[in-house]
Amino acid sequence: METLDLSPVVSDEVTCTTCYMCACRCGIRVHLRNGQVRYIEGNPDHPVNRGVLCAKGSAGIMNHLSPARLRKPLKRVGPRGEGAFEEIGWEEALGLAQSWLSEVRAKDPARLAFFTGRDQSQALTGWWAQAFGTPNFAAHGGFCSVNMAAAGLYTLGGSFWEFGEPDFERTKLFLMFGVAEDHDSNPIKLGLARLKARGARFVSVNPVRTGYSAIADTWLPIRPGTDGALVLALIHELFRTRKIDLAFLRAWTNSPWLTIDAPGTAEHGLFARGEDGRPLVADGDGRLHAWDAPDVSPSLTASVTLTDGRRARPVFVTMAERYLDPALAPERAAAVTGIDAGRIRALAAEIARVAFEEAITVETPWTDWRGVRHERFVGRPVAFHAMRGISAHANGFQTCRALHLLQMLLGAVDCPGAWRYKSPYPRPTPPPILPGGKLGEVAPGAPLPRPPLGFPTGPDDLLVDATGRPLRIDKAYSWEAPLAAHGMMHLVIRNAWAGDPYPIDVLFLYMANMAWNSAMNSAGTVRMLTDTNPDGSYRIPRIIYADAYASETVAYADLVLPDTTYLERYDAISLLDRPIGSAEGPADAIRHPVVAPDRDVRPFQDVLLDLGARLGLPGMVREDGTPRYPGGYADYIVNHERAPGIGPLAGWRGEDGRKEGRGEPNPRQLERYIENGGFWKMRLPEQALFMKFANRAYLEHAVAMGFLARPEPVVLQAYLEPLQRFRLAAMGHGDRQPPDHLRGRIIACLDPLPVWYPPFEGEAVEEADFPLRAVTQRPAAMYHAWGSQNAWLRQIHGENRLYMHRGTASRLGIADDDWVHVTSHHGRITVQVRLMDGVEPGTVWTWNAIGKRAGAWALDPRAPEATRGFLLNHLISEHLPGGEGEARLNADPVTGQAAWYDLRVRVEKAETGRSVTEPALPPLAPPPGIAAPKGPLRFGAAFGRSPENRAKGR
Amino acid sequence: MTSLPDTQPAKRLGLVIDLDTCVGCHACAVNCKEWNTGGHSAPLTDLDPYGADPRGVWFNRVHSFEAGEGERGRTVHFPRSCLHCDEPACVTVCPTGASYKRAEDGIVLVNPDTCIGCKLCSWACPYGAREYDEDEGVMKKCTLCIDRIYNETLPEAERVPACVSTCPAKARHFGDLADPASAVSRLVAERGGVDLMPELGYRPVNKYLPPRPRAGLAPAGDDRSPETTLSGFLGWVDRILSR
Repeated sequence: METLDLSPVVSDEVTCTTCYMCACRCGIRVHLRNGQVRYIEGNPDHPVNRGVLCAKGSAGIMNHLSPARLRKPLKRVGPRGEGAFEEIGWEEALGLAQSWLSEVRAKDPARLAFFTGRDQSQALTGWWAQAFGTPNFAAHGGFCSVNMAAAGLYTLGGSFWEFGEPDFERTKLFLMFGVAEDHDSNPIKLGLARLKARGARFVSVNPVRTGYSAIADTWLPIRPGTDGALVLALIHELFRTRKIDLAFLRAWTNSPWLTIDAPGTAEHGLFARGEDGRPLVADGDGRLHAWDAPDVSPSLTASVTLTDGRRARPVFVTMAERYLDPALAPERAAAVTGIDAGRIRALAAEIARVAFEEAITVETPWTDWRGVRHERFVGRPVAFHAMRGISAHANGFQTCRALHLLQMLLGAVDCPGAWRYKSPYPRPTPPPILPGGKLGEVAPGAPLPRPPLGFPTGPDDLLVDATGRPLRIDKAYSWEAPLAAHGMMHLVIRNAWAGDPYPIDVLFLYMANMAWNSAMNSAGTVRMLTDTNPDGSYRIPRIIYADAYASETVAYADLVLPDTTYLERYDAISLLDRPIGSAEGPADAIRHPVVAPDRDVRPFQDVLLDLGARLGLPGMVREDGTPRYPGGYADYIVNHERAPGIGPLAGWRGEDGRKEGRGEPNPRQLERYIENGGFWKMRLPEQALFMKFANRAYLEHAVAMGFLARPEPVVLQAYLEPLQRFRLAAMGHGDRQPPDHLRGRIIACLDPLPVWYPPFEGEAVEEADFPLRAVTQRPAAMYHAWGSQNAWLRQIHGENRLYMHRGTASRLGIADDDWVHVTSHHGRITVQVRLMDGVEPGTVWTWNAIGKRAGAWALDPRAPEATRGFLLNHLISEHLPGGEGEARLNADPVTGQAAWYDLRVRVEKAETGRSVTEPALPPLAPPPGIAAPKGPLRFGAAFGRSPENRAKGR
Repeated sequence: MTSLPDTQPAKRLGLVIDLDTCVGCHACAVNCKEWNTGGHSAPLTDLDPYGADPRGVWFNRVHSFEAGEGERGRTVHFPRSCLHCDEPACVTVCPTGASYKRAEDGIVLVNPDTCIGCKLCSWACPYGAREYDEDEGVMKKCTLCIDRIYNETLPEAERVPACVSTCPAKARHFGDLADPASAVSRLVAERGGVDLMPELGYRPVNKYLPPRPRAGLAPAGDDRSPETTLSGFLGWVDRILSR
């Protein structure tokens, strides 16, 4: 028998920080041994993950130790894309960046386009862009989830995932629509386990039966892009069977608000307003009142004549008329969605039964904003969650709105058992911030008057000139995408290349793999990045790229600023950005350096503040011109104030650290966070836990904390008046007019009540040519491009297949493992199939971002990621079929969200003898010093009972 | 050939894996690798880690496959690791005594100092749970985190295998399956936990909980409302709200 050491020392030190291996921002405990990272596990005290950790988080060590890590700033010395770089010092790198950027700022700040990827410091980056003076800023949300965020914020003042969560502890029926498995993954998995242990029912609506859908009680395999038709059929059924929470609609939504009923006039469909501008309601006797006047019991049904003689009708009447229409009946939806009408009707009945017959209560008295006391919270225990399967379609905004309307009809918003706001939400519908960058607001050497991103409420708020021409490089907030609240990153390179609407001088990207999987039309994007003018100069003159790894995009940069890993820097997971709070209360967190970098790299946020100071940007320098935050990002996190007393972190504010939410900067704030495990959280008072949109205790608390400016209710917007303003313009009313070719689409798609329309790409191609729908799904164990250089995760997902329904394949003469050509209107790829049963028969799918370009990420060019992995991106165009000209964007017409899930394809068996996926772009040359080490990886040998340690007698 | 303990171990430590909530996320597999590569069997070597054929030692692997057809079809996520059998052929087949079953708790281990890398054990194991470290020339396998579950340097609550501690779907449970009163034994009794391939007679200690019965959607009743016109509907609304 061997002698065992059952109590070996695990680590010398354990430090709590925040994970960065995806967007969940779980708390982690990092074990260090001899100054090296030995083991990372979930932090049991952390509100997000409560001790668990996913595959990505557990593989963080391999990202930290990746051979793809950049080691010094790089300056391009050969043609773009060829990988010829010279390593330079930081002084030279920052000097170069400063010279390029100061030239732009002095001439026209809009000629800088600054876009970041799945970054978690947007409160900083947005502020920096505003100070620089460019409207051309956004993160990756235009690709990812702006439909969810915008539909949620305009409708509820919160949204799925980021600003809300299902009440997993209490719900009895949970419906999940189109959720990729990497998003909010630990909270969802924890929640599903709780839900199933309690015997609650879980319904998953998803074309693919993997991951979460695999454990659902009911899996509804829906055709991609048709979820809206399903939801409207459910809404129709609720109206038809009269299973509607009328009291909820009347009290908390704009259902009773009067809309002007004067077709053909400039105010048709707008709210009837009193002299002070407040929307009006009618009581049962037809008398008019401001909607928030005391002691009014508004009618949901009474159409009235206004004092000016015009007719007006409550929103609810328009809703009833719309949704009772038999055109929305389950039989009709079945033909669209592929889901049997009987099942749709059964689902509607089950939703109604649980909401109304199994209502629950939380016996806590509360008082609403009117001052009316309620003895308890009544819960409609039906909870919803939805993400990219809804979002990445050209009808995603309206589909998400339809889901929110369904929640309202059930009274299932922020009550026990339903979807609940994560603190610090709700915010006003929409948040009262308009996008900066209107005509005259961009000026040489000057900041923008407002942040670049915001929430327009009508044509006057668009960023277009007098002729309707977009003012942003990505055309966000133009008539093509009026509510583009996250910008449209997917169009930046194409538009900058085309000089449409204008050329730029510097493209500045952070952690956005735009030369590969973060772009539609990847090969075309690469061509645009390298395309030249007749004089030999590049169409996009200068490209600065910041990343920690040798991604595909590095090869196309002129200047590369190497970032650290998440274990080597400070970060704020801030209430000003995407908070990690829960329905029970707000929370925020930090990252802090657990180990020091072993190379000449700098945290991007430090670099950005340094550049800001060198450029003399307002807020980043003192009056004497010296840097305002000489201590870098950590200094900024502690001392920056967005408004008096409001900074990046809400915990331990005030000079003595005793204040929460509002308070003076506390020089010891970061220490307090570190002592507390890297995070701060607070629990809302009991009477403030639910119905936050109308709950006086909550609203007052939110004002005290600095979350809301005023303790005013957030009225749930069943009817979205801003959309009607754009429609009226499209009908010819007002000075601000859309281009003629967009009028019809704006009228049809920007309906103030949720509608469903078929995705554009499918309408623009012949069904017979492109009969299948193609989508990507995220694996739980891989995130974006980052997983590829991870020695462990790439063993789980090193290649991908095109997954196809067995019956569909059989009809096409395709057998398992065959190679196939997949063709869209835009391109063709050749890949290998894997047949399965658990997929909607008209859908093919694959895992996202597994395919890599040969030579990138320090992988052997023969790596399976490059030879057998692939991207669907090659098949997706920025534009709809039919040439550019006046062609429309392949995007949601409300938000500009990239409609990459609308892809239509045909699949044909390829000739035999294939073994490599196509297109295979030429291998990239790795940057200096980047190479995969030869030989086995023996990570951990130094720490454990390895042969060498046993030989040493340890 | 190697003998098993003379008497049945007093404890039968093992895992109970819930196939009802496992979503196949690989969290258990990766955290296991991360813990164990610096632990009792360090390292869990990865060959060709950034090359054309990356392959490493993993004590726990998750397999996803489909079973059943049509309405009864389902996707199964199946984590696989050593089951610490009562009758482990991998032990009895070992020519050097390197593979052994602990008398105290039934955990099956490999002594790397006496393992000759002959791989007989991996041929004998019907579950494919043995992992050969080509670089080192020895067999490795799940230790049930033996350097963790008794580790007095860790807080008591953390003395569970890494896979159990990290599982986000709470699909993994650890305990003494010899004790009928233990939480894991009760879970097995309540949920009808099963042995993997019991017909082979290796009497695995680990148990799998089958998926719970799934609640189908009952067909909707014929609840057509009396009137489907707009005016009839609005009349109903007024009646309800005027109550």
